[in-house]
Parts: sequence; structure tokens; C-alpha cells
Amino acid sequence: MSAPMSDPEVFRAEARAWLEANCPPELRAPVQSEEDVCWGGRNFVFKNAAQKAWLEACVAKGYTVPDWPVAYGGAGLSAAQGKILREEMQRIGARPPLSSFGIWMLGPALLKFGTEEQKVHYLGQVARGEIRWCQGYSEPGSGSDLVSLQTFGEDKGDHWVVNGQKIWTSYADKADWIFCLVRTDKANKYQGISFLLFDMASPGVSTKPILLISGNSPFCETFFDNVKVPKEQLVGELNRGWDVAKYLLGHEREMISGAGGGDRMNTIGAILSRNSGVEDPLLRAELAMFDVDALAYGAMGEKFLDEVKVGKGHPAGSNMMKYAGTELNKRRHELVMAAGGSAALEWDSAASNGGGRARGWLRTKANSIEGGTSEVMLNVIAKRILDLPGA
Amino acid sequence: MPLYHDDDQAMLADSARGFMADEGAIAKQLRHFRDISCKDGFGHALWGQFAEMGFTGILVPEADGGLGMGHVEAGIVLEEIGRNLTPSPFLTSSVMAATALGAGGDDLRGRYLPGLLDGSSVYAVAIDEGPKHRPERIKTKAERAGNGFKLSGTKSFVVQGASADMLVIAARTAGGDDDADGITLFAVPKDAAGLTLDSVRLVDSAMAAHVKLDNVQLDADAVIGEVDGGRAVLNKMLSAGRVGAAAESVGVGMGAFDMTTTYLKQRKQFGKLIGEFQSLQQRAAHLYSELEIARAAVIKAQQLLDGGSDKAELMVSVAKAKAGQAAGLAVKEGVQMHGGIGMTDEYDIGLYMKRDRALAEFMGDQYYHAQRVAVLSGY
Repeated sequence: MSAPMSDPEVFRAEARAWLEANCPPELRAPVQSEEDVCWGGRNFVFKNAAQKAWLEACVAKGYTVPDWPVAYGGAGLSAAQGKILREEMQRIGARPPLSSFGIWMLGPALLKFGTEEQKVHYLGQVARGEIRWCQGYSEPGSGSDLVSLQTFGEDKGDHWVVNGQKIWTSYADKADWIFCLVRTDKANKYQGISFLLFDMASPGVSTKPILLISGNSPFCETFFDNVKVPKEQLVGELNRGWDVAKYLLGHEREMISGAGGGDRMNTIGAILSRNSGVEDPLLRAELAMFDVDALAYGAMGEKFLDEVKVGKGHPAGSNMMKYAGTELNKRRHELVMAAGGSAALEWDSAASNGGGRARGWLRTKANSIEGGTSEVMLNVIAKRILDLPGA
Repeated sequence: MPLYHDDDQAMLADSARGFMADEGAIAKQLRHFRDISCKDGFGHALWGQFAEMGFTGILVPEADGGLGMGHVEAGIVLEEIGRNLTPSPFLTSSVMAATALGAGGDDLRGRYLPGLLDGSSVYAVAIDEGPKHRPERIKTKAERAGNGFKLSGTKSFVVQGASADMLVIAARTAGGDDDADGITLFAVPKDAAGLTLDSVRLVDSAMAAHVKLDNVQLDADAVIGEVDGGRAVLNKMLSAGRVGAAAESVGVGMGAFDMTTTYLKQRKQFGKLIGEFQSLQQRAAHLYSELEIARAAVIKAQQLLDGGSDKAELMVSVAKAKAGQAAGLAVKEGVQMHGGIGMTDEYDIGLYMKRDRALAEFMGDQYYHAQRVAVLSGY
């Protein structure tokens, strides 16, 4: 007879058995292309039956958002259980059942600032993958200086009429709803912004994809021409949307940092040596130095999440994670290109998977710009963590 | 296991921090023993206090009278040692020699552990044979002679070797210089005939010995663990020393960083605090990020080592390399941001730079460990 199992061991055994029974074999492999990612939403077309089955199994179990309360579509797992589930999913290489700005960004903000009705309604939709969200933050004249945004909502009693333009709206052309920063008081810079939710199918909303250096168009310009937004779609207090925005940015930065992702012990040097061979000793040395940094950052990601779950760690820590994680990711893709040589330069051949390496490399250049530039991150660390004067 | 200290570990950290900041302070220990040209380079009185605090036996099993704790706990003490540049035999005696002795028989443990626990003895480790850490190659020979062995060869960078009552020496009992097998570890008493130590002062004011073994005759009971099978024990001792040195490096880096950010908030030029200049702010923020990552790597490595994970060796090398990089950046930026005063002996920031340099070499620098990360990862 085996020794009695402690609670974490019982949970681990249960999670392992559940994953074994419910995660289709096809979903236990690394994501190869965009169509392997399940974004959910009204118009999402599943790649295959397995992708759909995996999402449905997780929705039923609350595992698309395991640490959210059961009432909002989660599984109500504790920090320790959540970590065990992540470890068990990583162990079998299970793909995330659902990728969603609703989970990573809007969800945490609603959990903190939303009304009970909003939580039940919107969080449930997010957890079930029914609504795909996009984020209306940046404007043509408001990038790093986001608080200068001009999109304006005119008060019409029971609703606002929104006019203006957003830019770099990720997947706006594919999203169902938007969480959007709108100026509701022109006299007050910081306390004149409200956080609104609205349907992208509303009359007056239009999007225009932006062609990027990668040849892809993950971002759009988004235009609002007299868009009617009911007042109950305000999150948090009127004119206090900047508080919601900042809180959400913390989660966005965490998401972009890659803190939660991947097998933390898998080194790029090993992968590249296997795939393309690395004969140049100086490139090999660079890979080794990179792997030191990457494995150390993997530990940092684990520590960061462990601390976040129990309220330890500095509240501005996501800025450090975002800075370090994105700079590291850019370095990773530089090395992928260097190891790949001329094969990695191919732009649309079948052999290159449609220029996967080249396009992926170019895509990473946005990592240290989107969600706050590296320079802004360093400024925030200097001010909020190091308390340097005048920062 | 979450990657932060549990309540007991946080309590240990509090007490170690207070103790080291007070008793182990730079003026009281490092500067004092340096300025009197002490032949040991550290204070035996403080070592006795380490014993009273229970620190000396942190890694010694409870059955042998120690605290039976792990590398996380030893690292907590080492980080505070680093922060205060406290000279002590803790890393060599209580971390490395204690780990080696753990593989020894009752007789060896009975002979050497009590002195470690009560702070009356100091032990050193003799591994390196050249100016760079290269433990894969061991030339020092131990030949069977009579009832025991006869050792001959040279060892270098034996920190506090001349102050030690016993040296743990790695020697070759079989095979060629580069063979993994054929290594045996010996506990060599300081008064063994044929053992000579040439003590030299290092840049960080620590004393290290060049050791000469000229047919040093040892009884068979000086062997730690198995004859010819010492590589496993040696590796265990190396991992303990490496992750320990990494923890101390993080402490050195944090100490230098705290001094530097304090200075940025005090020093005025051009009518402003220099900490208001964005160029310095951003460099300080980058440094903060590097130190936090190094600290995370170190605690991950400590936990894996304590848990007996097969990934521990890889992560120990990551931790040693990353901590060396981050602390190295901290002391370099520290001296630069202090300006002229950073070049003076009177100011402590230069002492951090010196200690970091010595610690970076100890148990392998970032290049050695990055190379090891590649090899352990299969490329």
C-alpha cells in the first residue's frame, strides 16, 4: 500500500488523469502557426474537431480560466493548484485551450473594477470563449504618452456618442467587442478618461488592417464615427478609467513578458543545434550566453507568478518582467536568424513555412514597443521601484 | 514549491540580515582584518559567533548535531555575507567541506564535524590546479603506499588554506588526467608531513594558498567516500560551492546596488540630484532587473539541488553564470556612478568591486558555466 497522499499530490493525480482523458493527442504539440491558436469568438473557425473538443472540455471544467471563481466560469483553483495544473499541462505539452485578451487583460480588470452583473455577464462569455475582445488604447498622437488620448465620448443622458481613432488595435478586424479608453472630460487630463466596453458591430465602428514589416497585419486602425455606447457599459467610475487602464496594463505587460509560457528548461541552443547545426564556435558561445539568460529569466517568470498569486512582490514588477522578457525575446529571434543563415531569409517558400522565421523575427521587434516601450518600462522601474528623484 | 522563502526561511533571513549588518559589518570585519594585515584574513571570534547562531551546521544533518537544512537556507546566510562583504570560512567550511564530509564514514564525521559545529575548526577545499577552475582535469596523484596513500602535486586558489585545520583534497588514484573516474577525495590534516602552504593575499584581502603535496603520507581512514569513486562526491561539493558562491554574489550585487541608488539620491551636480538624470535612472533600472533575475535563478537552483532534481546541475551553472554577470554589472556601474569618490579606498564601493572579482572566479566564472550549460543541454 502506498503512503497517504497529501492534498497537492491528490490534486496532481486528478489533474493528470483529467488531462489524460480530455486533452486530444493532436493538442499535445507546440503551436506551429497562427491557425493552431484558438482565439474563440463569434466568427472563429476551428482548425479541426480536436481543437474544438479541447476547448469544450476545458470550458466545462473551468480550465480556460482555472484560477477565476466558479461563478464567473473558472475552476476556483488555489495558487498552488493552479501551478500544479500548469506544470501538468507543460509536462504533456498541452496547448492552451483558449488564447484571449479577455482572459489576459480585460478579465483581471473586470474582476477588480467590474460590478457583479458585469462580472457574471462578461467574464462568463470570456471563459466560454464566446466573445473575442480587442483593446482600444493607443491613438495616432498618443503612443508612449497614452494619457494624452483624444477619442471623445459626448454625454447624451443614457449613453455616450463616441468619436475618434485608435491605432495598433490587435486583431480589431477579428474581434467582437472592444475595451476602450475614451475621454469623457476634456478639462481633466488624468481624471477625464473612462473605460468603456462596446460591440465592434455597433454602427459607426470601422477597422483597417495595417501592413507591417513582417508582411502580416495583426494590428488595425480603428475608427469611431458617432458610435452609441450605453452607460451601463462603463467599467469602474466615470472619469476614473485611467486607474482601470493602468491596472490592465500591468496584466498586458505580464502577458507580453512571456512570464507564464513554455518549457522553462528547454534551451534554444539545443533546438538550433538539432535543427540547423551550429558550427561556428562564436555563435555557439552566444547561444550559451543567451541560454543562461533565458533559463534565469524562466526562473524569474516562475517566481514572479508565484509571488503575484499570494500578493508578494512589487506591484510594479510586471514592468520589469516586460522589459526583460521582450529584450530577451528579440535576442532569441536574432539568434534563430543567425543560426538559420540564408534558409531563414526565405519569405514565402513552403520549405520556410511561409517565411516563418523571418516574419517571426520581424514581429518580435514590436515586443519592446507595444504595451509600453522598454524605455518607458525603465522609467517606471526608476520611479516606482527605485524611487529615484524626479523620475 | 513556490519560488520564494517560506515563513521559517524568512525568519532565518531576518536574523541573518541583522546579525551580519551588525557583527559582520565592513568596518568591523573586512577593513579591520585587512588593515592589521591579518594572516587569516578573517576573525575567529566572528566564526565562533556563526557557531552560536547555528550557521556553521546549517547543512550538517541533525543526526550529526547540525540543523539539517538545505541550500536555500545556506544561501540566505551567504547573501547576507555578500551584502556585508563579511570575511568568513562559511562557504568553504560549512558549505563545501560539510557537503564532502556528509559522504564520509562515521569516523571522519566524528573527527571533523564537532569542530565545525562549535566554530573551533576551519576547513578548506583544494580542487583547482591552475589559475582557472577546471575540475574535469585532476593531475594531483595519490598512490597506494603501505596502509594508505601518498599524495603528490600542487593545488592553487585554496581560500583560507593556511588557516585551515583540514583540507579536502581531490586527487587521482587511477586513470588519466582528464578521466571522470579514478578520483578520490581525502581529508588532509594541516600538520601532515610533506604538505606546504604558501599563503598569498588576494585583491579582495582574502588569503589563499598555493598548496604543495610532496609525498604526503595518509592513512586509509583519510579517504572521504569511495576510492576511485570520488567524482560523485566532488560534483556534489562543487554544486554546493557554486550555488553558494552564486548566492553570495547576489548579496554583493545587491549591496553595491543599494549603496549606488542611495548615492544617486544624495549627490548633486548641475544643481540637481544626479539620480534625476534619465541616463543614470535607466541604467539603474536595467541593473535592478538583472539582479532580480539572478536572484530568481539562484533560488531555483537551490530548490532543485535540495529536491535532488536531475535538472539541478544545469540550473546551478545558470545561477553561477547569471549571478556573476549581474553582480559584475552592479559593481562596475557602482564605481562609475559614484564618480571620483568611487575610486578612493575610503569609500566602500571599491571593496564590492574587489570581492565580486574574486567571487566570480571562485568555482568557475560565467564563461565556464555558460559552456557547461551548453554541454548539459546537449550542444
